[in-house]
Amino acid sequence: MLCAVIKEGRIMVSSEVLIKAHNLTKKFGNLTAVDHIDFEVFKGECVGFLGPNGAGKTTTVRMIYCFLPLTEGELSVAGLSVTEQSREIKSMVGVAPQEDNLDPDFTVTKNLLVYARYFDIPKSEAAKRATEQLKFFQLEEKKSVLISELSTGMKRRLILARALINEPQILLLDEPTTGLDPQARHLVWEEVRALRKHGVTIIITTHYMDEAAALCDRILIMDNGKIIEQGQPAELIKKHIGEDVLEVDNEEKLVQTLKTEFPEARFETFGDRVHVFTTQPHGVFERFVEKYPFKSVTIRNANLEDVFLKLTGRKLRE
Amino acid sequence: MTKLTEAPSGFRLPKLTYRVWKVWRRNFDVFMKTWHVNFLPSLLEPILYLLAFGFGLGTFVSSIEGISYIQWIAPGLVAITVMYGGFFECTYGSFVRMYFQRTFDAIIATPVSVEEVIAGEVLWGATRATINSAIVLAVVAVFGLISSTWFFAVLLVAFFGGLLFAALGMCFTALAPNIDFFNYPTFLLITPMFLISNTFIPLASFPGQLQTIALAVLPLTHVADLSRGLLVGKIETLGGLGPEWVTLLAVVWIAVVTVLFFVLSIYLMKRKLIR
Repeated sequence: MLCAVIKEGRIMVSSEVLIKAHNLTKKFGNLTAVDHIDFEVFKGECVGFLGPNGAGKTTTVRMIYCFLPLTEGELSVAGLSVTEQSREIKSMVGVAPQEDNLDPDFTVTKNLLVYARYFDIPKSEAAKRATEQLKFFQLEEKKSVLISELSTGMKRRLILARALINEPQILLLDEPTTGLDPQARHLVWEEVRALRKHGVTIIITTHYMDEAAALCDRILIMDNGKIIEQGQPAELIKKHIGEDVLEVDNEEKLVQTLKTEFPEARFETFGDRVHVFTTQPHGVFERFVEKYPFKSVTIRNANLEDVFLKLTGRKLRE
Repeated sequence: MTKLTEAPSGFRLPKLTYRVWKVWRRNFDVFMKTWHVNFLPSLLEPILYLLAFGFGLGTFVSSIEGISYIQWIAPGLVAITVMYGGFFECTYGSFVRMYFQRTFDAIIATPVSVEEVIAGEVLWGATRATINSAIVLAVVAVFGLISSTWFFAVLLVAFFGGLLFAALGMCFTALAPNIDFFNYPTFLLITPMFLISNTFIPLASFPGQLQTIALAVLPLTHVADLSRGLLVGKIETLGGLGPEWVTLLAVVWIAVVTVLFFVLSIYLMKRKLIR
């Protein structure tokens, strides 16, 4: 199912480079948050930044919208320098930050109107856009209440609505669906896909691999301030994991049998479960299960989470 | 594309555009939502002070330089309103917006710059000082304590004095690691000024050196002197300077120090917010 979504999503990516980073570095005192990275984002593309906490994803995004100055290197957005032309860049970018910085002194609608004013959007146009956004994000009923009366999910949706008020060419979404219920998550996905169809270039940081696989044309995996891998989700899965993954209970006899049966396979133990990764084509595990009908065996598709954990390890970061 | 080896942290004069107004407008909109609550302290405080100091304490004080004590403290009330309005708006008020509400972060993601956010906040602080002073002025007028036709010009003093105290407060906001930090400037600077800056107690009765110090480093002294000049037409000889010189010093002092603190507050806040 995921594959179908990815194929459907691959449209309208041009070869025009919109965001270009070279040797991009950000240091906070002794801490190097982003460590000499290079990347490009093409016009109309949806790119996902994945990585454990502290990998440098948010710092990278903040440099793109000129919130943080660079320590070293170069970064341009639509051919404009983030250090020299921040005003021009910020006017064409929409930002949905990780943290809630909605204005608690205002109602839902007023939040959008005041934000529109910062972009020089005329009053009547701002009111029109605010109404549209509130309708799409299903916040119409809440339009006259203060921010403190909104649930976490509603706040996230309002932050997205606010990010779209200037009809941005580039949308930066920093963990847009953290804390959302599945319904709201899918609403956000729907909006991201719709914007992508309209040619908006989107950068997402996320901890949800299904989200990255579902939305992104391309993924950059970061760890310790560096980009350690990049590519299309399906390609990365194929390259690093293969097609299928077999999961079994950690029983010695069973694992031994598997090791003789699949000598080339990679075994990983996670608590009481063992994951078996093979580069062999689809179907090899089915034949094994027919031969040895153990109860605890599960066969599933390899996914992006397998890639992520393989590349960044299992150690907790914070 | 530009190459950078270090984050820009050096000093430069702020570049401000009309967008300062948008930040000011945000605060004004919030203020207008609850204006009746915001008006209340400025309305009640001077009444209480006039009753307690004017009628209470005033019965023990015959007159100062030929005017009654209650009339003498009326300009002082306007001056402390200017100080409190500007200073507290840009310390506690700005700190809450910056730190707890992350309002500055949200605005900086739009075409408005950090410098414009801070300038807008300081201008709002000055506006707040002016609005509060206008209310106090009305109260004082109702009590019949104004005897000069130039009284309305005190609002100009309120605006520029408010700008000074707002910018001063913003400097402390830039240095504050947490909100409790504001206890230091409040008790070490604001309260002493409240007491010795020619507001409730005539500075002329203090020792000469203290008069000189008050004229040299305490901004409230100048705001109080100018207010008194405009409301009751009386400026005293202070620190050996005649009334004309005290007036001139007050105007120049406020102008120069306001510009300095305004530029400094933007620089310090930029250093704090842009890392």
